[in-house]
Amino acid sequence: MDAIQAIINGKEISAEPGMTILQAAKANGIHIPTLCDHPAVSPFGACRICLVEAEKNPKLLPACTTPLTPGMVVFTNTPKVIEARKAVLELILVRHPLNCFSCPSNGKCELQDVAYELGVKESSYADPGDTNTSHEYEDANPFYVRDLNKCILCGRCVRVCEEQAQYHAIDFQGRGIRTSIQPPVGSPIELSDCVFCGQCVQVCPVGALSEKTALGMGRPWDIEKVKTVCSYCGVGCEVEINVNRKTGKIANVTTNYSSPTALNKGRSCVKGRFAWQFVNSEDRLTTPLIREGDTFRKASWDEALSLVAEKLGSIKERHGGDALGFFSSARCTNEENYLMQRLAREVMGTNNVDHCAHL
Amino acid sequence: MALYRAHVLICHGTGCASGGSPKVLETFREELQKKNLDKEVLVIATGCHGMCEFGPIVVVYPEGTFYSQVKPEDVAEIVEEHLYKGRIVNRLLYKEPISAQKVCHYKEIPFYGKQHRIVLSNCGYINPDNIDEYISRDGYQALGKCITEMSPAAVIEEMKKSGLRGRGGGGFPTGLKWSFCAASPGNKKYVICNADEGDPGAFMDRSILEGDPHAVLEGMMIGAYAMGADEGYIYCRAEYPLAIKRLQTAIHQATEYGLLGENVLGTDFSFDLHIKEGAGAFVCGEETALMASIEGQRGMPRPRPPFPAVKGLWGKPTNINNVETWANVPRIMLQGAECFAAMGTEKSKGTKVFALTGKVKNTGLVEVPMGITIREIVYEIGGGIIGDKKFKAVQIGGPSGGCLVEEHLDLPVDYESLTAAGAIMGSGGLVVLDESNCMVDTAKFFLEFTQRESCGKCVPCREGTKKMLDILTRITEGNGKPEDLDTLQYLGEQIKATSLCALGGTAPNPVLTTLKYFRHEYEAHINEKRCPAGACQSLLRYTIDPAKCIGCTKCARNCPVNCISGKVKEPHLIDQEKCIKCGACMANCPVGAISKG
Amino acid sequence: MTNDFESIKSADTILIIGSNTTENHPVIGSFIKEQKRKGKCTLIVCDPRKIEMAKYADVYIRQKSGSDVALLNGLMHVIIRENLHAAEFVEKNVNNFDKLRETVARYTPEYVSGITGVAPELIEDAARAYARGPNSAIFYTMGITQHVTGTNNVRTVANLALLCGMLGRPGTGVNPLRGQNNVQGACDMGCLPDVIPGYQKVALPAARQKAKDVWGADIPETPGLSVVEMMEAAGEGKIRGLYIMGENSMVTEPDSGHVRHALKNLEFLVVQDIFLTETAELAHVVLPASSWGEKDGTFTNTCRAVQRVRKAVDSPGEARPDWEILLAVGKRMGAPWDDMTSPETIFNAIAKITPSYAGITYGRLEGGSLNWPCPACDHPGTPILYTAGFPRGKADFSPCEWQAPHEWPDEEYPFLATTGRVLYHYHSGSMTRRSSTGDFIKEMAIEVNPADARSLGCNDGEMIRVSSRRGSVAGAVKVTDRVPAGMVFLPFHFSETPANSLTSSQVDPVSKTPGFKVSAVRVEKS
Repeated sequence: MDAIQAIINGKEISAEPGMTILQAAKANGIHIPTLCDHPAVSPFGACRICLVEAEKNPKLLPACTTPLTPGMVVFTNTPKVIEARKAVLELILVRHPLNCFSCPSNGKCELQDVAYELGVKESSYADPGDTNTSHEYEDANPFYVRDLNKCILCGRCVRVCEEQAQYHAIDFQGRGIRTSIQPPVGSPIELSDCVFCGQCVQVCPVGALSEKTALGMGRPWDIEKVKTVCSYCGVGCEVEINVNRKTGKIANVTTNYSSPTALNKGRSCVKGRFAWQFVNSEDRLTTPLIREGDTFRKASWDEALSLVAEKLGSIKERHGGDALGFFSSARCTNEENYLMQRLAREVMGTNNVDHCAHL
Repeated sequence: MALYRAHVLICHGTGCASGGSPKVLETFREELQKKNLDKEVLVIATGCHGMCEFGPIVVVYPEGTFYSQVKPEDVAEIVEEHLYKGRIVNRLLYKEPISAQKVCHYKEIPFYGKQHRIVLSNCGYINPDNIDEYISRDGYQALGKCITEMSPAAVIEEMKKSGLRGRGGGGFPTGLKWSFCAASPGNKKYVICNADEGDPGAFMDRSILEGDPHAVLEGMMIGAYAMGADEGYIYCRAEYPLAIKRLQTAIHQATEYGLLGENVLGTDFSFDLHIKEGAGAFVCGEETALMASIEGQRGMPRPRPPFPAVKGLWGKPTNINNVETWANVPRIMLQGAECFAAMGTEKSKGTKVFALTGKVKNTGLVEVPMGITIREIVYEIGGGIIGDKKFKAVQIGGPSGGCLVEEHLDLPVDYESLTAAGAIMGSGGLVVLDESNCMVDTAKFFLEFTQRESCGKCVPCREGTKKMLDILTRITEGNGKPEDLDTLQYLGEQIKATSLCALGGTAPNPVLTTLKYFRHEYEAHINEKRCPAGACQSLLRYTIDPAKCIGCTKCARNCPVNCISGKVKEPHLIDQEKCIKCGACMANCPVGAISKG
Repeated sequence: MTNDFESIKSADTILIIGSNTTENHPVIGSFIKEQKRKGKCTLIVCDPRKIEMAKYADVYIRQKSGSDVALLNGLMHVIIRENLHAAEFVEKNVNNFDKLRETVARYTPEYVSGITGVAPELIEDAARAYARGPNSAIFYTMGITQHVTGTNNVRTVANLALLCGMLGRPGTGVNPLRGQNNVQGACDMGCLPDVIPGYQKVALPAARQKAKDVWGADIPETPGLSVVEMMEAAGEGKIRGLYIMGENSMVTEPDSGHVRHALKNLEFLVVQDIFLTETAELAHVVLPASSWGEKDGTFTNTCRAVQRVRKAVDSPGEARPDWEILLAVGKRMGAPWDDMTSPETIFNAIAKITPSYAGITYGRLEGGSLNWPCPACDHPGTPILYTAGFPRGKADFSPCEWQAPHEWPDEEYPFLATTGRVLYHYHSGSMTRRSSTGDFIKEMAIEVNPADARSLGCNDGEMIRVSSRRGSVAGAVKVTDRVPAGMVFLPFHFSETPANSLTSSQVDPVSKTPGFKVSAVRVEKS
C-alpha cells in the first residue's frame, strides 16, 4: 500500500498506512507527550496526555489510538491542546505523591518529564489530604516493590503482562477512584500467576513498580547500558547490563523492546532480569588457589599456571595424552570452548574433550 | 382453541410482582375454580402497564376495567361481584390523582391519554411467556416478510426511510448504523442487544424485555438478516432476573417454532442468539465496554476507531442497538417506514419511552410521540407536581443528562432540542424536581453515581469527577469557596473534552446545567452558607421559637444527642454545635415552635 | 533448532514433547503461548507432568515416562493408516519408508495406549492435528533426550517430521530447545569427543588434514571419551588428570556418590570457575575465572544464532576471562598461539576452520545475530534449515522399536522419580542461588501426587525421603497433580539435597546422555 501523506504542525509528512497519529509523528521526528503509550504494548488511550487537534474535527483526538488518515491536518500544540493536557496532568497530580527526591524513578520518571515539559509544578486542584496514601508498600518478594500510591493507572503493566509475558496475572480492579492494578481478588502477587519476569517493572512510567535490588545501585543519569546476551538458557535473549559509571558495578539488567537485534523482542524471564547478583557475590574466587593437604592456599597466577602446565605435561609424558580429560563448558563463550578443545587435541594430543551438552 | 367470555390480565412486571401479583393470580385461579368459572374466565400473567406505583394492576376484559393496588384478599370480591354478578368493584378502581375521580376504563385514564403506545403496545396485553399470543398480535410477520420478500439492502433502506434513531442515548440513525456494519467485509458478524440499563431509576428496557421479549428477538433477527450476521448476544444485567427468564423462554419457544436457529422459516437465513448476563457495572452499557465484557474481559471502554461496525466483538463487524431500538424494528417493517415516520418531528421520528419519576403525581413508564412538550409530560401525563408545589426542573437523560427549567416547559422533546438546551434524550430517565429539591445536591447525587461507576481507565473521568465531587460535597457542607464555581465549570468542560468514552464525556452535564440555570443556589451555599431548598443537611439550622415554646420537654427527650436544654415550662434551646440535624425535635414538637432553615 | 523463533508465528500446529517450555525456556514459551492464545495454532502437549503448557493444549497427552518412542510410533501409525503423510515429500526426500511403515504397523492406538497409558482417541487427535498442519512444528527438550533410549527418541521425533514433510518451511521444524546459553556453541566448537569445530569427524582423514593445515598440528584419530565415560575412567584410574572449566560435576552428573570417588581418585584436578563449587573443593589447583558480564565473546543460541556478548564490568580481584587463562596454559605448554590475543582474533581463527562460521565476523555481528550455516561474508545466514532439501540428497527414516526404560518401579522401589529444573533456578544453582531468585525459592520441594501423599500420610510442606538403589535425599513435599500418581519430581538445583544422588549413570549408548528422567525409588515419610 502507498504511504499516507498528511500534515502535522504545518509540516508535510509521510507515514505507513495503519500508523496512528502518534506513531506517524514519532517516525517524522515530531514529539507528542504520552504516559500510557509504550512501544511494547498495544495502544490504550487512557492517559489523555497525547490529545491533539485535527482540522474538521471539533473533538480533541488521542494521538495514540487515532489512525492517521490521508490528508489529515494535525496540530499537536495549539493552546486548546496544551490547556487540555495541563488539565489532565494536574488531575493526575492531585493524588500522585510529589516526594520525587526519594523515589527510585527520579530522573527516569515519565510523569516528571511531562510535568516539566508542560511547566506544571503541582496541581492547582489538589487540596490538603488528597495525596494518595491508601495503599500499603508491598515488598514481600525479592524482585520488585509495588508502591501503588504512585500508580497512575496507565495500564502498561497490565498490557505487557498480557501481550508480552502472555500471563495476564494482573488487571484493573475496582471502579472510580478506588481503581487499582491487582492480581485476582484475595491472592497476593506472590501467590498469583505472576512469574516475576519483571516486564511490568520495566515499562512502568513512574515509581509504582521498582526493582528491589536496583535500589541504591545507581541513579538513571549514572547508568551506561551495555548490550549483551543472557547467561542462562539457550534462548539467547538480548539484555542490557546497566552499569553505574561511578561505581563500575552492575545496577540492574533490562531489555529493549525496540531493539532490532533482539531475538527475544525485549521479553525476559525472572532469571534473565533478576538473577544477576551472583556476579557481585562475596563467594567469587579472586585469586588462584593451590591445594595444601586438606586446605587451599592463595597463589599467584604465575605459580598456579606453572603448576598446571607442569602436572598436565608430566601426566602426558608418563601415561600419554589419553590419560587426561578436558571438561569444557556450555556456559563459556565460543572462543573459550574453541581454545579448550585445541588445548586437548593440539597441545595434549587427546580427543578426551566434552562438555555437558546432555546434562 | 377454547373460547372464554372474560380475560383477567394480571401484571407480572417486576414492580407488580414484588407487590404480590403472583399471589393475586394464584388466588384468582382458586376463586374461579371454587365458582366453577375456570372454563369461562382465563387468567393471564402479562408484562408491565407502566403505572407501577399503583400495582399490582389487574385489567378485566372485555370491559377493560382497570383495578389498581389489588391484594389477594380483594380477589374473592372481584370474582364474586365482577365476574359472577357483572358488577364492577368500585372501591378497587384506579383513583385519578388530579380529579380524585375513580376511573373505570383503561383508556379513560389521563396517564394513558397522551401516550402513544407502539413499543409498549403488547406490554400488559399479552402473556410474554406464550409465543402464540405474540404471534396472534402479528408477531414474527415482519421477520417473515423481510427474509422471504425483501433483500437485506431493501431492509436497510426501509430502516433509513423510517428515520429511527438509537434509543440508547446517542440518537444515531439506526439505518445508517446498520449500513456501516452491512458494508464491512467479513463473513462473520454479530448483532448485540444492549440491555444493560443502568441509569438510576430507569426501567424502560426492563419492562419491554419482561412484557414483550419476542419483539426484541424479532428486531434483532431482522437486523441480523439485513447486516449479514448469524449470531447475536443480548447483554442483560443480572439484576433483571425476570427479564432474563422471559428471554430464555422466548428464545426456547422461538427455536421450537423454527423462528430461531438454522434455516429460519425454511430460508437460508440462520441465527443463533445467546444471553450474556452483565455484572451490574454501569459502564458496560457503553458499547465497547459491553463487548469487552462479553469477551470475558474487564468492562472498560476501548478507543474508537475502530468502530464496532468494523472491528467489534471478537474483532468481527458488530452492530449494537439497545432494547427499545430493536423493539421498534418489527413495527416499522410491518407497518412501513412511512407510517413510523409520520409520528414525531422532522428529525426525531416515532415515539420514546420515558421513566417518569420524581415529584409528579403519576409516575411510571410512559411512551410518547417525539415532539411532545415537557409541559404535557409533566402536567398532563404526570398530573402535575405533588402537593401542587412549584415546578423547578426536569432532569432528562439520567446521570449523563442535564436539568431543564421552567422556560423549557414548552420545549418539544426531540434529540436536537434537548441537546441544544443542555440536556440529552439519553435512554429516557425523566426526573421531575420541585422547589424542595436542592440543585447542588441533585448534581452531587448524579456525580456520585458516575464517579462510583467510572471504570477508572481514563484520567479525566476517574480523577476529574472525583475532584468535582469533592468540591460539590464541600459546597453542600458549607465549606465552599467562591472560586469553586469557576473550577467546577472549567473542570467540567475539560472532562467533557478529554474523556475516553461517553460516560466521562457526559458526566459533568448535571453540574454544568445546574450551574447554568441555578448558579444563585450554588452561591447561596457558598456565600450565605444556606441551602435555599432546605435539603442540604449540614446547612440546616433547627431553632426553637421561644415565644411559641411551652417547655413541654418533648423535644429534649427525643433528641438522640441530648443537645436541647431548658427547664420544664420554660423555652428550650438547641446547642447548634452538637446538633446532628436529624429533625426529631421538630417532628415531636406539639406546638410547632421548632423551625428549620 | 531447524527453525528460528520468527517461524513460530507461521505454525498451524505445535507439538511440544518433553519440554516444560514456560519454566525452562520462558521466552520461547511466551512466543508459543502467544500463537496459541491468539487462536492461530492447535497445540499438542505430551508430558507426564501436567506442566503449565498443558493448560493451553488442545490435546494434552500424559504419557508414562519413558514411553515416547511408542507414543510417536503410534502417531505415525495413525498418520500412515489414514494416509495423512506427505507421500510426495517422502518419495522425493526420504529413504527407508517401507521399513518405517513396517515398524509402526504394530503400534496401533490401542497397543500404544497399553504402553503409554494414553487414550487411543487422544493419539488419533494428535496425529491428525500434526499431519493436517499445513505447517507443524515440534519442540522438545530433555524430556526426550535424558533417557537411555534418548537417541531413539530423537530419531523417532525426526521420523515423524519427515513423514509429514514438516521441515524446511516457516512454521515447521524439529526444534530441540538447548538448555544452556552456549551448549550449541560448545558443540559447534568441537567440544565433543569425536569432532573438531563444525562437526568435522576426527576419524576422517580430511578433518585431521584440515586441522594440520590450519593449526599446524597432528590430532589423534580415535574419538575420545564422553563426560560420563571420563568420569568412569577416572574412577578406574585410567584417566589421571582432569581439567574442568565452568562445570559443577558433583551436582549435575548422575550418581554423585560415584563422581566424588572418581574425582578423589585423580592424580591432578584443575578446576576453573567463578565459585569454589563442590567440584572445585576437590581440585588441586583452582583458577578464578571472569563471569558473564565481565568478558567479551560470542554465544550461539538454540536456533544457531551467533550473538556477541560484551564486557560490562571488571572482574573481582585477580579473576581472568577463561580465554585468557586457556591461552596462557596453552602457551606455557608450547602452543604457537600468537595469532590469538583477544576474543575477536580467536573468533577469526574459528572462522578459518569452521565452514558454517566462515562468513561471520565481529563486525557483522554488530548489526545483529547471524544463524549458521553462514559460509561466506556475503551470506545472510540460515534461519531455517533444509529449505532446499537435505544436504546429503535424501534423508533416512531410522525406525525404532520401543524399549522399556533401564529401570522401572518394582516392589522394592515402587515410585518413579524424574528430575528437572524450576523456573527460579538454573542447573546446579551456583548462580541463581546467589541471586534474588535464591531468596525466593530456598530449598528443594518434591512434587508428589495428592493420592500418593494421602497414602504416604504426608501433607504439603512435610519432609519425605526419596531413596534409590544409589542414594537417598530428603526434602519437603509439594502436593500437586502436576505429577501423576506413582511419580515424584525433584529439582536438581540444590547441592545440599542432591537429586542426582538418586539417578543412575547408565547412559544412552550413542549420545552418552544419562537417563535422568527415570529412576525407580522408594518414598517414605521422614
